Amino acid sequence: MINLHGFGDQLLQGAVVTIELALYSLFVGLILGLLGASAKLSSYKVLRWIAHGYTTIIRGIPELLTVLIIYFGATSVLMAIAGLFGYDEYIEVGAFAAGVIALGLTFGAYATEVFRGALQAIPKGQHEAATALGMGPIRKFYRIILPQVWRVALPGLGNLFLVLLKDTALVSVVGLDDIMRKANIAVSSTKEPFLFYLVAAFMYLALTIISMVFVSYMEKRASRGLTRG
Amino acid sequence: MDISVVIEYFPRLLEGAWVSLQLVALSIVLGGAFALPIALARISPVAWIRAIPFAYIFFFRGTPLLVQIFLVYYGASQFDAVRESMFWPILREPFWCAIIAFTLNTSAYTAEIFRGAIQAIPQGEVEACKVVGMTRVQMYRRVLLPRAFGIVLPAYGNEIILMLKGSALASTITILDLTGMARTIIARTYTPMEIFIAAGAIYLIISIVIIAIFRQIELRQNRYLGTLSIKVPDKG
Repeated sequence: MINLHGFGDQLLQGAVVTIELALYSLFVGLILGLLGASAKLSSYKVLRWIAHGYTTIIRGIPELLTVLIIYFGATSVLMAIAGLFGYDEYIEVGAFAAGVIALGLTFGAYATEVFRGALQAIPKGQHEAATALGMGPIRKFYRIILPQVWRVALPGLGNLFLVLLKDTALVSVVGLDDIMRKANIAVSSTKEPFLFYLVAAFMYLALTIISMVFVSYMEKRASRGLTRG
Repeated sequence: MDISVVIEYFPRLLEGAWVSLQLVALSIVLGGAFALPIALARISPVAWIRAIPFAYIFFFRGTPLLVQIFLVYYGASQFDAVRESMFWPILREPFWCAIIAFTLNTSAYTAEIFRGAIQAIPQGEVEACKVVGMTRVQMYRRVLLPRAFGIVLPAYGNEIILMLKGSALASTITILDLTGMARTIIARTYTPMEIFIAAGAIYLIISIVIIAIFRQIELRQNRYLGTLSIKVPDKG
């Protein structure tokens, strides 16, 4: 058996933080992605420009830089906003919150493209049929359009989630106690870098495999209404 | 916002960008060279030959690049055998450790791209080559490789952009690439937003240039398809 010098529990605690960060970021990213895709397909030029600018900038700069910009920038932006309301205590944005915002923004930018493709893949007849049945735009969206978009978008979103899971490691750079940082701490006291980074790598690999199984289950579930052949 | 800091330190940021470009170029070239044999082994008819590249690709695509860099840079030094070996002068240098980690990483992704391209060429084209009496070498040189190259291009361009973004991780092992340089400047000036945004803008410009170059190569490579009329999909 491998000797982890009692750091096994620490690494598992780190894994919990990594999973939490990934799920919160996924939630933020999915909302941003749906909003982004709607904006890209909007008939208002301004909305299209904003969405285009968002996806171009976020996809063009390194994720690590996004994390650093949010971590160092969010504090000053929040304090400037709070200052407008007459609040001038020091506000600090923690590593976890900064990670959720930065990874959510990244996921959202890529998800925008996935959702856009999926929205465009829904035949026009589906919209017309829903309207003919007297559904309003909101009911039409969540009853008819969203379930179909979900099915088309799932494989793409699944891939993005795997990327997101690996990107969570970057937040350890600004001090979040995830798998990576717990491994760093273990390395600094045991002087066994290869062992602990390899264990960390296999923990990420295990999370990746679990996610892949879950995504394929979701894909099956989402297409249960579809007859084959 | 204080623009004068950006102007003052802009030459240093460009120095960092140059290091980033070197990292990307070297890893892409080395990674591409490794990727071809990996891709060919991956589609081998023999099961155990297929299994090795499968495990390799799965490991490097399933774990964070940050872990891979740390494994090479910090991990290798755990073993006395490595420190006493002839490779130590290389493994001691952060720059070469980054190159090794990036090369291993990008070769796994690129191998999958190559495999996809090789498998995407229709069987009919191979048969057509044989029917007109081409030798095997002629077939590869005139038809299969140019075809595979054309199929690979868009995905390969993406991979280079991903590598450019991944190269920012070199800053975590003390390399003064664009991100590393930005962090060093900030430690001196305490102006994180100005410098990070300037660095982000430089990354963005490099990505845009790479995308533009690849679009030109793609147009040239696929010119036999004639003028492409791009169909605008129906809205909603």
